[in-house]
Amino acid sequence: MLVSLNWLKQYVDIDEHTPEDLAELITKTGIEVESVIPVAEKLENVVVGHVLSCEQHPNADKLSLCKVDVSDEILQIICGAPNIAEGQKVVVAKPGAVLPGNFKIKKAKLRGVESNGMICSLQELGIDEKDVPKEFTDGIFVFQENVEIGADAVPLLNLNDVIIELGLTPNRADCLSMLGVAYEVAAILDQPFTPAEEEVHPITERASEHISVKVDAPDLNPYYGAFVIKDVKVGPSPLWIRNRLIASGVRPINNVVDITNYVLLEYGQPLHAFDLEKFGSSEVVVRRAENREKITTLDDQERSLNEDHLVITNGKEPVAIAGVMGGADSEVDDNTQTILLEAALFNPAAVRTSSKDHGLRSEASTRFEKGVDPNRVRRAGEKACELLENYAQGKVLKGVVEFDELDRAPQEVHITTTRINNRLGTEISNEKIGDILRRLQFDYKQDGDTFKVIVPTRRGDVYLFEDMLEEVARIYGYDNLPFTLPEGESQAGGLTLYQQLKRKVKAYLEGAGLNETITYSLTRESRASQLTSREVADRAKSPVRLAMPMSEEHSHLRLSILPELLASLSYNVARKQNDLAYYELGSVFISEEEHVTKQPEEQLRLAGAMTGNWHVHPWQQEKKAIDFYVVKGIIEGLAEKLDIPLTYHASRYPDMHPGRTAEVLLNGETIGFFGQVHPKLQQELDLKETYVFDLNAEKMFKQYQKEEAFQAIPRFPSIKRDIALVVDESQQAGAITTTILEAGSPLIKDVEIFDVYQGEHLQDGKKSIAYSLLYMDPNRTLKDEEVEKAHKKILDAVKEKHLAELRG
Amino acid sequence: MKEQLKELETEALEKVQLAEDTKALQDVRVAYLGKKGPITEVLRGMGRLSKEERPVIGQLANEVREHIQDAIDSKQNSLEEAALDKQLEEEKLDVTLPGRPVQVGGPHLLTNILEEIEDLFIGMGFEIKEGPEVETDYYNFEALNLPKGHPARDMQDSFYITEELLLRTHTSPVQARTMKQKDGEPVRMICPGKVYRRDTDDATHSHQFTQVEGLLVDKNVRMSDLKGVLNTFAKQMFGSERDIRLRPSFFPFTEPSVEMDISCKVCDGKGCSVCKGTGWIEILGAGMVHPNVLEMAGYDPDVYSGFAFGMGPERIAMLKYGVDDIRHFYTNDIRFLKQYHKV
Ligand SMILES: [Zn+2]
Repeated sequence: MLVSLNWLKQYVDIDEHTPEDLAELITKTGIEVESVIPVAEKLENVVVGHVLSCEQHPNADKLSLCKVDVSDEILQIICGAPNIAEGQKVVVAKPGAVLPGNFKIKKAKLRGVESNGMICSLQELGIDEKDVPKEFTDGIFVFQENVEIGADAVPLLNLNDVIIELGLTPNRADCLSMLGVAYEVAAILDQPFTPAEEEVHPITERASEHISVKVDAPDLNPYYGAFVIKDVKVGPSPLWIRNRLIASGVRPINNVVDITNYVLLEYGQPLHAFDLEKFGSSEVVVRRAENREKITTLDDQERSLNEDHLVITNGKEPVAIAGVMGGADSEVDDNTQTILLEAALFNPAAVRTSSKDHGLRSEASTRFEKGVDPNRVRRAGEKACELLENYAQGKVLKGVVEFDELDRAPQEVHITTTRINNRLGTEISNEKIGDILRRLQFDYKQDGDTFKVIVPTRRGDVYLFEDMLEEVARIYGYDNLPFTLPEGESQAGGLTLYQQLKRKVKAYLEGAGLNETITYSLTRESRASQLTSREVADRAKSPVRLAMPMSEEHSHLRLSILPELLASLSYNVARKQNDLAYYELGSVFISEEEHVTKQPEEQLRLAGAMTGNWHVHPWQQEKKAIDFYVVKGIIEGLAEKLDIPLTYHASRYPDMHPGRTAEVLLNGETIGFFGQVHPKLQQELDLKETYVFDLNAEKMFKQYQKEEAFQAIPRFPSIKRDIALVVDESQQAGAITTTILEAGSPLIKDVEIFDVYQGEHLQDGKKSIAYSLLYMDPNRTLKDEEVEKAHKKILDAVKEKHLAELRG
Repeated sequence: MKEQLKELETEALEKVQLAEDTKALQDVRVAYLGKKGPITEVLRGMGRLSKEERPVIGQLANEVREHIQDAIDSKQNSLEEAALDKQLEEEKLDVTLPGRPVQVGGPHLLTNILEEIEDLFIGMGFEIKEGPEVETDYYNFEALNLPKGHPARDMQDSFYITEELLLRTHTSPVQARTMKQKDGEPVRMICPGKVYRRDTDDATHSHQFTQVEGLLVDKNVRMSDLKGVLNTFAKQMFGSERDIRLRPSFFPFTEPSVEMDISCKVCDGKGCSVCKGTGWIEILGAGMVHPNVLEMAGYDPDVYSGFAFGMGPERIAMLKYGVDDIRHFYTNDIRFLKQYHKV
């Protein structure tokens, strides 16, 4: 809402405050002021001039040579506007004037002829082109009224105005009117304000002789008032109305339209003027539209209606979409003489439906949608009648023809000073509360510390105790509330085990060299189920799709974090950042339904993607590329950190390297996978060798048990034995390790692989794996022969299970 | 004989001093103290001496021998030390060459901000609560005093999956869920998390972003408590010199509703381009929990009251660090991520 301070001044004394101070006060107490905009910065030497003569420039076809009387002198001015003519009263910027945009007016020669100033258009004076009346958009502004020659044009054209822009929250529809803003500002500044009474002088002829009103949908239209005004002369409206419209961002059109717009701005009540002679009947019938009924609206669009839309009809066909837009057939034009003026209250939801369905959002529909003051509807109509009498020579017919089932009763809210103070933490007195209500102009009956507040209907947002609490608090001033801390029994805040584990896992991965990322949960369909861990893919029917995605790029909820993570790698590699180690801890969305009806399971997963070098130390020629075992090491470290028994087996996954992918199991159940991305996908993504992992973090966290008991540091020495086993290359080291651990139990404490060899000195198809075995008993020193016995058992077991030979 | 010994001593000590390495020193030792050396020779000739002279010369010879031995020992020490010094000198490194880099990653900037907020409220006795990102219409809207048909819940603003399911547009549903779960017990919680809105991604909008909401419900909770808690938060998060102010606003789930500004750090409240000349910067929205919300969650609004607040970590990060485009948070450019890995 744009508020002209010059207009506001007519209601409330604001002279003690600069526009900035006023804006600050309004922001702190009521409504956020989004900007403070002067129409034009300090304009001087801009006056009314009388064009005495206007001839063609001797050297230029499109320029005129004018003699302009500015009272104290006659100036010769060259003007390029096509609408300049002798006898006009125009705006002259004399030499020395500085127009908006720091445009300095100086004496100059144009095509060899002297020009002493400039005849101005409204745009040159700082007015937004969209608010300039159509007849002046392509030329200079011409006064239609009898203004004094030489007079300062700045106040005449309201160029000294300052506009404040209110960012209205949906509850403050009352401030969609100048009267509402005046009440608000009066309360904030503690100034008096009483709006003027409407003054209509009807003739004896009755409106009901020309029109009847019937409402078939009183639930959607509880009040419809029809005024009839005859002998109207359509023409330009007076300067002051035009100035106020322009300041409010509304383009002046003609007096009839301008007056309805003016009243809309002042009262917040939309009105509509029909040309009664083109109305097509003498009855107004308001009803729901019929399906596929048609209307051509003012913007010359044919619109198809349905029964959700409320329409005004002439008993036969629609003449307006209620509260949204009138029809073209009954539009007021230059020849209109008799006006049917509608002042009505339409149901907010009905107007919202119509305006949404037809893509028509206007100043009028916005106000109906947010709710208008029931006590101002008829008065707004009367105000328009008054203005039509004064500025369109209209004769108002006696009596408004109405349908009226409108509830105009105000809300009553009971408050007590004690309850207010308990809720605010203040010690406001009864007197102060009374004072605040007086400032707000809310009537009340006081009984001790109880106030029965009668809330004016203009404040439809106030009907609960809490609403009154807000009114009192803001006028009292939020700055005046003390700072306190809650007094209730305090609890120990803290992280749950699950939340602690999330933080610990992040710290571990970051310590290990990975960078945390956050990618989008919504992705394109092709990515949503790509690189999905088997146990997720087995359950999810398909990725969850949005009903109305904004773009294909973000249309589905992810089943795996990896595709977006890989996209992040590509993004970086394209920017020459080649060494990348990323992880993300976030949810994937699993729905087991074909058509989603229930909330999908949101599973916390830990995913990572890595490419390029792992370690680089250039001048020592040290370089280690990321490979399968780097990733595996990170996962093993995590398992150790959480003390959970992860196992691994070779696996095949779509989009993964068939020989370099492993599935991760916890207690024999798949919880994720890791390995190298398939070279084909790597190439598609412009990535070099890239590795990924994806693990079910929830399953891992559930398995975790906080170790509470102390474990003794071993006091007895351990014994180390190394063996090298020659096996078929198809044998997996992990399986042999398991065999060793089983066969060596309970003395064997640790198995470490320290060499894997294939090649010279070995038979083709064979490989050698060297193990270091650690034997220990926590309670005593082991004897050599015990170790020998265990060692022999191990060798027998690997020979039997894996055909392993001890390497000589 | 005496003179002969003295001469030998002088001669030997001189040679010891001249020895340049341990080998030369060894030669001196063999030459003078060896079995075939001149001192042994002298001692052998002692038989020719008188009975009185013998012990005198014997003692002298021993003294000479000891002197030479001492000189050799001390020379030996200094030679060894010199050799070690020389060796260590040769082992000298260029200490200005770079060390072997330790590969350390780090958290996302938003995690930093979120954890800072979490820790701050944990300190004030708040719990951290989480909830689903795919929400029911009931918890996302209805339980928060946004009944069906309410203008603030336009289909156009939310990502719906079905008529009843959508991606949550705020983390407020966690408040409603927590109240239900607490079943009439006092609540002190914050809920951080991802939220989604139908916005086209640009410098200031993101279809996915994060939010932290807080809720405190108890008997006799006052609006001054909200002011006190937010003030504590603002001063710890943005610096003790920052002031806060509350000004009226509107949210369907709180009444009264306010927005909280902090005094602008750039101009110290005097007004500058960052704060658009007002001296204040908007940080969060808050208010007293709407009685309808309390009632729907099973709390009697005549007995219980509470406050709620909500803030955007992206906005806080943008203000604190001057990040100029919200898309940076989701692009994961390593050059962006690394900037915030410092402690
Ligand atoms: Zn500032």
